[in-house]
Amino acid sequence: MTFLNDKALERLRCSEGADFSGTRYKLREFIARGGMAVVYAAEDEKLSRRVALKVLDAPDANGELTSRLMREARILAQLEHPGIVPVHDVGVLPGGRVFYTMKFVEGLRLDRYIMQVDSLPQRLRLFLRVCDAVAFAHARGVLHRDLKPANIMVGSFGEVLVMDWGLGKILREHSLSRDETFVSSGQKAKSESDSTQFTVITGHGTVMGTPGYMAPEQARGETERIDVRSDIFSLGALLRFIVIGGAQGKSAAQPRPLSAICAKATAESPNARYTHVSELAADVSLYLDGLPVSAYAENFLERLRRFYKRHEVAILLIGAYLIMRALVLLFFHR
Amino acid sequence: MNKIVIGLLLGTLLGAIDGATAWFTPAVRGMLVGIIFGSTLKGLIAGVAAGIFARKVNSVPLGILFGLGVGFLLAFLVALKEHGYYFEIILPGSIVGMIVGWATQRYGYTTAAAQRG
Repeated sequence: MTFLNDKALERLRCSEGADFSGTRYKLREFIARGGMAVVYAAEDEKLSRRVALKVLDAPDANGELTSRLMREARILAQLEHPGIVPVHDVGVLPGGRVFYTMKFVEGLRLDRYIMQVDSLPQRLRLFLRVCDAVAFAHARGVLHRDLKPANIMVGSFGEVLVMDWGLGKILREHSLSRDETFVSSGQKAKSESDSTQFTVITGHGTVMGTPGYMAPEQARGETERIDVRSDIFSLGALLRFIVIGGAQGKSAAQPRPLSAICAKATAESPNARYTHVSELAADVSLYLDGLPVSAYAENFLERLRRFYKRHEVAILLIGAYLIMRALVLLFFHR
Repeated sequence: MNKIVIGLLLGTLLGAIDGATAWFTPAVRGMLVGIIFGSTLKGLIAGVAAGIFARKVNSVPLGILFGLGVGFLLAFLVALKEHGYYFEIILPGSIVGMIVGWATQRYGYTTAAAQRG
């Protein structure tokens, strides 16, 4: 008897699981499998381009997963940003399975890419671009809720894309006015728009996310307490990974201001965290510019060291001038 | 602030300070005003040259090197004219040029037209 390996099984699933005969897409290869869906590389035959196709791949008796996948596509469609993977199309297969297509990103996941980047400032600038995308989503009233290195892609031209908005939560409809009350109650959600359906699905007690990157309130299933600060927790954990975790086998020394930024972002209580992603990003930018960060109160020596680092060339040049002058006065004195 | 203006201001200031240090050399103390004037002019020329260079070339090491070259050349010419004090004039003058070269690279803006030209 011959056993099929995983790759062969995936190929079989790819060819047998989904019938794309009535669509403009031709499946090329399997990319990844998630909890409810599978992602393939596919060919858009109409536009002759490669796309990533996500199709539902789990039994869905009550239509819950279908609506979740549709919601994910809608969330992505709302978030037009260079740091968020754009959705191209959404559809239903003859068998009733829902799919959507998005930009096919050629590149590496952050957890693999970061191993190739030795420079800490370069890694931090990468993190800032993730913050930029997440801040944009927050401004549009969308939470990611599953920010982690595996969900961030770095393209071949260095572009950073936040992927997998499957656990995304719409805090408010973008089309609604600014003072629209945030939807946080499951009871209220049932009677409201489509954006609230996910709140029903992730009602109190439902835990979704990735351990280590999930905020404590998210891990406890307190969905009504989840807000932008939960994503900030994940960003803090991501920052820690970028600074320490990404440096496996290399020096794991973490600069104190960065450590303090991570600690503030990943504080147990949401009230102790940054209130906006922009605040977190601002602190990281300040660190990059050699300026004091809000999360860390430095002592006099640290301030002196930072001042020296920031003005190293000027201090060395002025020092050289003074030494030269002193030497000239001492040895060429007439 | 424009890179040339930064070079001009800083070069003038550092040149004047550099000239004023001649006070510590008793032998030339009587000529202090002339020395300060000459040194200021030297710093001004080096600063403007470094500013023009910084508008064309965007590189801190090259800027410092250019400042060193201009500072050295001008100081050498002054020392040649004075028939002496080579080290006293050339060494600090070169470093002043380096400082101005660095500052014009680090600070100030460059207009798009200057970058094209």
